[in-house]
Amino acid sequence: MRISRWFAQHWVMGVALLVLGYLFLPIAVVAALSFNRPSSRLSYDFNEFTLDNWRNPCATSEMCDAVLRSVQIGFLATVAATLLGTLMAFALVRHRFRGRSGLNVLIFLPMATPELVMGTSLLALFVSGGVPLGFWTIVIAHIMFCVSFVVVTVKARLAGMDRRLEEAAMDLYASEWQTFRRITLPLVLPGIVAAALLAFSLSFDDFIITNFNSGTTVTFPMYVWGAAQRGIPPQVNVIGTAMFGIALLLVLASTLRGRRARRAAVPVTAPKQRAASRS
Amino acid sequence: MAQETPAGDLRLANLTKTFGAFTAVDDLSLTIGQGTFFALLGASGCGKTTTLRMIAGLEEPTSGQVLLGDRDIARLRPYKRPVNTVFQSYALFPHLDIFENVAFGLRRRGIRSVDQQVRQMLSLVQLDGYERRRPTQLSGGQQQRVALARALINHPQVLLLDEPLGALDLKLRRQMQIELKRIQTEVGITFVHVTHDQEEAMTMADTVAVMNAGRIEQLGAPADIYEFPATAFVANFLGQSNLIAGDVFGSNGSDTMVTAHGARFSVPSARARTDRGPVYLGIRPEKLQLAGAAVQVPAGSQHLDGTITDASYVGVSTQYLLRTGWGTELSIFVANSGAQQRFAVGERAVAYWDPRHAFLLSRRADENDRTTPVLDEPVGASS
Amino acid sequence: MSAFAHVPTGSGQSASPPPAARPGRYRFLPYLLLLPGAAWLFLFFAVPLLQLAAASLYDPEGSLSTGYTLTWAFGNYPAALQQYWPQFSRSFLYAGIALVLALLMGYPLAYAIAQKAGRWKNLLLVCVVAPMFTSFLVRTLAWKTILSDNGWLVGLLRDVHLLGPDGRLLATPVAVVLGLTYNFLPFLVLPLYASLERLDYRLLEASSDLYASPLKTFRRVTLPLSMPGLIAGTLLFFIPATGDYINAELLGTPNQYMIGNVIDSAFLVRLDYPQGAALSFLLMSAILAVVFVYLRRAGTEEVL
Repeated sequence: MRISRWFAQHWVMGVALLVLGYLFLPIAVVAALSFNRPSSRLSYDFNEFTLDNWRNPCATSEMCDAVLRSVQIGFLATVAATLLGTLMAFALVRHRFRGRSGLNVLIFLPMATPELVMGTSLLALFVSGGVPLGFWTIVIAHIMFCVSFVVVTVKARLAGMDRRLEEAAMDLYASEWQTFRRITLPLVLPGIVAAALLAFSLSFDDFIITNFNSGTTVTFPMYVWGAAQRGIPPQVNVIGTAMFGIALLLVLASTLRGRRARRAAVPVTAPKQRAASRS
Repeated sequence: MAQETPAGDLRLANLTKTFGAFTAVDDLSLTIGQGTFFALLGASGCGKTTTLRMIAGLEEPTSGQVLLGDRDIARLRPYKRPVNTVFQSYALFPHLDIFENVAFGLRRRGIRSVDQQVRQMLSLVQLDGYERRRPTQLSGGQQQRVALARALINHPQVLLLDEPLGALDLKLRRQMQIELKRIQTEVGITFVHVTHDQEEAMTMADTVAVMNAGRIEQLGAPADIYEFPATAFVANFLGQSNLIAGDVFGSNGSDTMVTAHGARFSVPSARARTDRGPVYLGIRPEKLQLAGAAVQVPAGSQHLDGTITDASYVGVSTQYLLRTGWGTELSIFVANSGAQQRFAVGERAVAYWDPRHAFLLSRRADENDRTTPVLDEPVGASS
Repeated sequence: MSAFAHVPTGSGQSASPPPAARPGRYRFLPYLLLLPGAAWLFLFFAVPLLQLAAASLYDPEGSLSTGYTLTWAFGNYPAALQQYWPQFSRSFLYAGIALVLALLMGYPLAYAIAQKAGRWKNLLLVCVVAPMFTSFLVRTLAWKTILSDNGWLVGLLRDVHLLGPDGRLLATPVAVVLGLTYNFLPFLVLPLYASLERLDYRLLEASSDLYASPLKTFRRVTLPLSMPGLIAGTLLFFIPATGDYINAELLGTPNQYMIGNVIDSAFLVRLDYPQGAALSFLLMSAILAVVFVYLRRAGTEEVL
């Protein structure tokens, strides 16, 4: 009896942990293979423990070039998409203008369109426009599909911000620009940073759209794709594991920071009022 | 506005604000004397907050002027006005600590050494030692005081308070009312306080303006407004009143004569807002007395017979409802001084009053009796 | 594409239109702010889509070297559909099965994190997001290792006779569906979590107080209240899963190819642009049709 009740209360958590295990299974494999000395080029089995891959991640220089290129593209795409998207988010949350709903559709659609369709359509554009495919066409494409995600992320943060804080600043002798710099920007910054991280991760990991618009330029996912046919060097797993580690640290750090910032972003009200607004 | 205004008075002249088809503030004119504690009292949506925001510069008037001394500031940006606001939700900057919150205004005006002033101001609001805390780490009452300090440190000519005590619980609110009043006396700045809490307005303000539907219904000292309201709205918004529908049928010089539901009453002409037509005869519940029979009513009083339909013992007083012959229920508060006879529900009783405590208000012909049931809204309750 | 950006949309999108800014002074500011981003999206998203629509109607006889002419060749569509019907229907079948599997796994996961995890909530949420940072391709290749014929999983399954002695996982539909389920699961979990997190636990207690069994509570209270997240998550899962071709390529064989593989090769191998474009549009309109029907059945408009 007691066992069945315990089971009734905890089976959901049990299932959840199993699913999390499923999510982490390939990561564990990647991490393990990053310490592997493969027996042959096409073998993916664990053969022998070694630190060589970590000591010398750039043993295959093409791979490191590809990683570097991906970082460059990711950086450019992130900066541009974050800028464009943040400006749009401000306009959407803070201003009234004509054509609002049309614009919302334009922002929403790229998130709902299969990447494949975006990739092929951009390819058609570049080809018919005679634009040589390469580094810059990739950057253009990445900015395009990142912008929508930035808009959505920043918009959410901005919409949750208490407008009275800005009024209070203006009331306390801060001009429009000072209000923006001292109040608005610091309070929206976590949202912008989150959007930028998201944009970077989207850009860095993108394969499908890049595949159509890269010409002969090779990004990290493109390299992995190509190498998959010939046998993947174990260093790819080093990069995969390192990316995971870096991202995990970043996410954890931003969660901790975000927890503090979120606490701070809640409009400062007395408990009574807060309770009322919750109901 | 014939009288001369000394420099520093805040004057609103024909101030109007419309939002689309909705008129929030309707041709409002008033003068707020320098150094006074002025309360704008009204129900939510009456335009009081919009008025405040126009003074602060957060809302641009559709027409009219906001004059500070002789200067029209109605179209200046908020940061160009010597006016500061304590916001309803305090609007403390969550990413800055208490010290920086308080120093914010000084820093924006380019003042470098703010240390001493900030500390002085924090001690004025009794928050010494809280400099490095974050707003969220403070209680509601403490946040309220930071908001006050943050505004006061700029020595504004006018301090605007937008329901600053609304979020506090009752006990803290009482305490802050006294404290606010103390600080106002100390700094001598003009306070314009917006509230829907009539008791708060009465205890704190030198002058109260009762607003309704974008207009000021009555303006004056709290006691004057309470004792002699100008309109039925004021009579019921500020405390409670029994308003009996009647008609003026004449005057004998010092008194105005009224018939109501077949009975005759008189009110001193000085306490009549009108001398003709349909009127309300108004009596505050605490000005009514109860007697067992008409013979017990003292000479000079006027009275109404009825049946007690409800008796609520609330400690300091007993609140009765008396149903009159024509069916209206009057509220009567009888102080529990021990000398009074107690009445039970169902008993016949006579309510009487000194005519000098009654007042006459003009009434639209189609309006009936307006009395506030005792239990609906006890005196002093807010929202 | 990653979907955690959708988590906060609920609050963001529903915000009422802002009050009019100060009239006159900043009338052009919003247009100025919008111009660069909107122009970018217009130029590199909307225009290419239109152009792709045009390309799908090019003369199928043309080639990249001889050039194409727009002959309004609507015949490209039925021709493409006829030729690649198996891959087309397979895309929806695989994505559909994967969706069901993902729901079976994702709902308990989202529910547990939102309602049962207590102070571990954030950590568990990070655990859902974290695997996405290891490159999509690297993860899929890891599955290839796990599912390989001489891997421990196949060995185990053979030992317990769930697989025949020479049964395999890799290069079967099972592997492709498993890969799809895996790769897009977080897209489903995150919006679902966002909506379940807002669910008031007291409602569930009230329901069981009113004599509802756990199953009834779930059907009558939890499920309807989590509907917005469920719909958003389903779409975010289904759209990329249907258009995916990497899982089929890496974990399957040409017998498991989905429509994405065909489009990919039409553009990059066979260089048959009209056909690739027609297939792209067919895919998109089919997805939109499914989405539309789904939204109608789900009876809600407030998605995203």
